Amino acid sequence: MIAIYQRELKAYFDSVTGWLCIAFLCAAAGLYFMVYNLFYGYPNFSIALYYSMFIFLVAVPILTMRSMAEERRSKTDQLLLTSPCTVTGMVLGKYFAMLTVYAIPHVIFCFYPVVMSLAAGSTGTVYFASDYASILAFFLLGAVYIAIGLLVSSLTESQVIAAVGTFGLLLLFYLWDSLLSFLSGDAAVTLIGLLLIVLGVCALLHALTGNNTITLLVGLAGAAAVVGVYVVNPSLYDDLLVNLLSLFSLNAAFQSFALEYVFDLGGLLLYVSMAFLLVFLTIQVVQRRRWN
Amino acid sequence: MIELKNLVKRYGDHLAVDHLNLTIEDGRIYGFLGPNGAGKSTTMNLMTGYLGPTEGQILVDGHDILEEPEEAKRSIGYLPELPPLYLEMTVEEYLDFCARLKQVPRQKREEQKRRVMARVQIEAVAGRLIKNLSKGYRQRVGLAQALLGDPKTLILDEPTVGLDPKQIIEIRQLIRELGREHTVILSSHILSEVQAVCDQILILHHGKLLASDTPEHLEETLRGTGRLEITAKCSTAQAREILRPVAGVTASESRDNADGTSTLTLDTAGGDDPREALFFAFARKETALLEMHTNSASLEQVFLEMTSDEPSRPAAAGRGEEETK
Repeated sequence: MIAIYQRELKAYFDSVTGWLCIAFLCAAAGLYFMVYNLFYGYPNFSIALYYSMFIFLVAVPILTMRSMAEERRSKTDQLLLTSPCTVTGMVLGKYFAMLTVYAIPHVIFCFYPVVMSLAAGSTGTVYFASDYASILAFFLLGAVYIAIGLLVSSLTESQVIAAVGTFGLLLLFYLWDSLLSFLSGDAAVTLIGLLLIVLGVCALLHALTGNNTITLLVGLAGAAAVVGVYVVNPSLYDDLLVNLLSLFSLNAAFQSFALEYVFDLGGLLLYVSMAFLLVFLTIQVVQRRRWN
Repeated sequence: MIELKNLVKRYGDHLAVDHLNLTIEDGRIYGFLGPNGAGKSTTMNLMTGYLGPTEGQILVDGHDILEEPEEAKRSIGYLPELPPLYLEMTVEEYLDFCARLKQVPRQKREEQKRRVMARVQIEAVAGRLIKNLSKGYRQRVGLAQALLGDPKTLILDEPTVGLDPKQIIEIRQLIRELGREHTVILSSHILSEVQAVCDQILILHHGKLLASDTPEHLEETLRGTGRLEITAKCSTAQAREILRPVAGVTASESRDNADGTSTLTLDTAGGDDPREALFFAFARKETALLEMHTNSASLEQVFLEMTSDEPSRPAAAGRGEEETK
């Protein structure tokens, strides 16, 4: 794992991708820092981070697109998978290498509140605690997005498809809250939505196990439960889908850090568990392919 | 020692490896021979743990490749069909990475790297980027990678494909030398290559093992069932009449030639050489025997016949299968 981690890290800095990703993040945060904090005098660096969030849509696909896809295209995965290194070690090595590249701009971000306090002198207050908490949340949010990119990259041999697919998913999460506001809270909509979720779970289950019987049983049981509750008591379904989906709003947790200055522990747990789940799925995808 | 037990690999409906049983003994050079799509690469990918088998088991020195992958993989060095090279690295960086990946202890890494580079003669390009190397050198770097970690067994998938004739000879020479220290399994669809390098030939077709024997023995087996072609100055009917009393000979094909002679192809069953008997049989009838030559099967023919989808001589294929049991 350490060998793979070091090779990946070196590859990011030997090629332009690592530098590009760092440059994008620094440029965006630096720009908003200059505009909001230095010119308009907002006392919180977190607001600059909040406006920089869109840069994930560009920086993350650049970072993640080649991680798994390129190994498969150039057949170097044969070297990794026939060495005494485990699949988990291989995926984690790559993931941590990406996190390391991505952590570098955050080290720079940590200086911004200090710069602000120097600039403010004795005339203003800088909220260090909430700013550093926001930087932490920003880092973990990015870690989830990188894990999404890693998973997408493991599904294809083409870097372009990996990049475009990741961009699409990140865009979906970026717009998640706005899209949810268009969703009706009607019980019937919830029913349809839950059935689609059951379908999605079945598709995932089938992709992972390849077992038709289990998939069918789970699908039927899920659909029966969903429809059963609707028939018995449809009022339970009012607003349920919207509430359920809003739990997965990745940006909401960061917003509470950056705009409301709340230390949202639940949000951080969401980030860590989402990242964990996505890395786990990536490992399963790689493992599973050996049996196809 | 590598044992394949009842190995099956399915890709959807396609059966790539079909209940393969095989034991690879230590210290020999094995050659997987088969046309494209015979299951050579798939078998190698299964043996190295890159792919998982649909059914069956693979034991590498007693370690199951799925249950104890680390132990099993440590004793195998693998050069896939396309050398798994990171083009943006230099040769030395790449080998460093591979040595660490194969968990070569830190103090041995440098020494081992020097040794394998000397072995495959790539010291001169050690500092160059792999993407700037020629195909022959890339193949050597791939081979160097397989040698790192001092594996007991080397598995080389079509090691000479795409090389020029001089490079092919050099790589073959190298494989022969490596065969003294390692068990080597290589695959090829070129017969002469396997014949030149290997101690044991394994003929694969449609994922099945058709034959497993030494090159000499395989040829011999087929020579026993060799064919005789004769040309006599008479019609085919007369020739068949003359042949009838000769034991162990049956005319499988015959044709009348325009100049009043006839040509017959004879299958000679059994190990006896019927040429003398044939000569006297024709002499007694005062019929001139103009030409007689054995059409002994080369290994090339054995291979082609065994792997053609409609075997022209099922007997030969059957014999091959008996040899494997």
